[in-house]
Amino acid sequence: MSTATETIETLVKQEYKYGFVTDVESESTPPGLSEDTIRHISTKKNEPAWLTDWRIKAYRYWLTMPEPTWQFVKYPKIDFQDISYFSQPKPKGDAPKSLDEVDPKLLETYEKLGIPLRERARLAGVAVDAIFDSVSVGTTYREDLAKKGIIFCSFSEAVHGHPELVKKYLGSVVPYTDNYYAALNSAVFTDGSFCYIPKGVRCPMELSTYFRINAAKSGQFERTLIVADEGASVSYLEGCTAPMRDENQLHAAVVELVALDRAEIKYSTVQNWYPGDVNGIGGIYNFVTKRGLCKGKNSRITWTQVETGSAITWKYPSCILLGDNSKGEFYSVAVVNNMQQADTGTKMIHIGKNTKSTIVSKGISAGRGQNSYRGLVEIRKSAANARNFSQCDSMLIGSNCGAHTFPYIEVKNTTASVEHEASTSKIGEDQIFYCNARGLSTQDAVNMIVNGFCKEVFKELPMEFAVEAQKLLGVSLEGSVG
Amino acid sequence: MSKQPIIEIENLHAGVENKPILKGFSLTINEGEVHALMGLNGSGKSTLAAILAGRDGYEITQGTVKYLGQDLLELDPEERARAGLFLAFQYPVEIPGVNSTYFLKAALNEIRKSKGQQELDAIEFLSLVKEKVKLLELSEDLLRRSVNEGFSGGEKKRAEIFQMAVLEPRLAILDETDSGLDIDALKIVSSGVNKLKRPDSAQLVITHYQRLLNYIVPDFVHVMADGRIVKSGDKSLALELEANGYEAIVNA
Repeated sequence: MSTATETIETLVKQEYKYGFVTDVESESTPPGLSEDTIRHISTKKNEPAWLTDWRIKAYRYWLTMPEPTWQFVKYPKIDFQDISYFSQPKPKGDAPKSLDEVDPKLLETYEKLGIPLRERARLAGVAVDAIFDSVSVGTTYREDLAKKGIIFCSFSEAVHGHPELVKKYLGSVVPYTDNYYAALNSAVFTDGSFCYIPKGVRCPMELSTYFRINAAKSGQFERTLIVADEGASVSYLEGCTAPMRDENQLHAAVVELVALDRAEIKYSTVQNWYPGDVNGIGGIYNFVTKRGLCKGKNSRITWTQVETGSAITWKYPSCILLGDNSKGEFYSVAVVNNMQQADTGTKMIHIGKNTKSTIVSKGISAGRGQNSYRGLVEIRKSAANARNFSQCDSMLIGSNCGAHTFPYIEVKNTTASVEHEASTSKIGEDQIFYCNARGLSTQDAVNMIVNGFCKEVFKELPMEFAVEAQKLLGVSLEGSVG
Repeated sequence: MSKQPIIEIENLHAGVENKPILKGFSLTINEGEVHALMGLNGSGKSTLAAILAGRDGYEITQGTVKYLGQDLLELDPEERARAGLFLAFQYPVEIPGVNSTYFLKAALNEIRKSKGQQELDAIEFLSLVKEKVKLLELSEDLLRRSVNEGFSGGEKKRAEIFQMAVLEPRLAILDETDSGLDIDALKIVSSGVNKLKRPDSAQLVITHYQRLLNYIVPDFVHVMADGRIVKSGDKSLALELEANGYEAIVNA
């Protein structure tokens, strides 16, 4: 083909900026997985017996499960005995009492990633829980949030500080029997974030977890649980990066959201794990289960994700619309380049009456990347007057990549209305030439076209994240005009 | 009084995949002039427009094109645009999700930057837009939409002329801007083009039909056949074409 296509292809190749390794002494369990490993993690974290038992049950269940193969991605079989399931920076003496006592090397790491944790430099308006390998390094703004009754802390702390809440909701949305990687996570999860917004409280700032994998040969298995009580609302952000390594590393997280009557949860992700190199060597396997339960009436859960990283992405942030009049939304941009593979989408399970769901998925494929949208819209018999709208658009850059769509629709109530729209387009040389003929360089033209393609999703992101997401795609921010 | 030439095309030969399309095309356009280029489908009119704007995929085998003293064929399409060459597309493409106003502001600022002028901010740009919108009787609603997305044929052409009004090119090439326009739209587009005429700029109006020339009055009319100009004259040549058809002139 012509040179324009080649230019486009070189433009989408960007270097991974977060590939550095923090030189910190870490303490890792030797690779291997057994009940002993799990008991070791549980003891290490000084967990109550009920949690240890839950882990062991999950592990035993996991042993009976076959590894899933239905997803449209290819990778060599994972050796689960070759992974270290617990890695943490070696504690120096007593546990740090405040963030100012945390190892400066760790604080520097987050600063380098643009997430300052120190009191003076903190991000205004965003509370951050920083997770480094298997443990939480620290959580900012906790005291401010506590004044409103909001609990925001690491999962480990929640287990000790708020056992009744954890016990009540852990596994209530994603049971350990749910799927292979959820079962594995339930057995070996090490830390994560916990958040509870009490009745009627609107969380005054964005809450955020920043995941960083640092240690080699380790997997990251964290668990996030967010509960919004009646009439509460919260906006939650998640970011992630990892060093560049030649080996693949497994990240198998579970995120559970629970929204009670009239509660609203907005969960946004900018996922930028190391994607591997041009030839597909290295990179993170991102096998994640994310699900939200709209338990109460008139509740609402919104998932927004921008997936640019990982060698393989396999995740379906979903909503169970149990409460009458509840709403579920899923907005996604997934980008694959080089040898990256993504099989991502959502599930919307309509159970309550008058439930509504919206799905907007934008897939961008470049290089030799393979991008699949997989989505389920299920309208149960009880879901009278349920509504769904789905839109799945794919954009191809170059001729060696692929875009695939696997929509599943199951309707068991005749009053339901389900709409599905899909399109595939190639970033057109005509479009580029048109922009060129108006004085715009090819790079600016590609940025503009890709940005335009993703606009419906970007506008759902909180401001700070929208900016980061656009930068990630090599896109400059659109002006305030129009 | 000697007029400055804006573009000088000399003996241009070009084609696609060894199939010659332009076969010795020559034309000089001076500032202040409006030239009409007429011809049957397949005579090479649109190929000429595409080559002048710098579209990929054409092989130029012979000839030169000088634009404001520079070798035009050496420049990338965006450099040509920044130097004031404007092509009003016959089939403007849609760019979903990209706001028309934002697009045009980016284009204008690229041109301004290359001239060493300061970029316009949003407020300055909007006031410029308001002024030009009036000139063309354009609905402002179009500017709030994505570039050409869902526009009717007439709206697309009007939007092209609107871009031309904002970018103020030295040489505007209108590639069959009249095709697909009803008579009212044709009048609006032509009156816009007439208003945009400036003493230091020029227009090359490519058309298949004489009717556009009822509204845009050219200084010169050229008839193109088989890749070159076969006859040139003034406005009366267009009328002669209308009366006797292309055959009579091409075979004369």
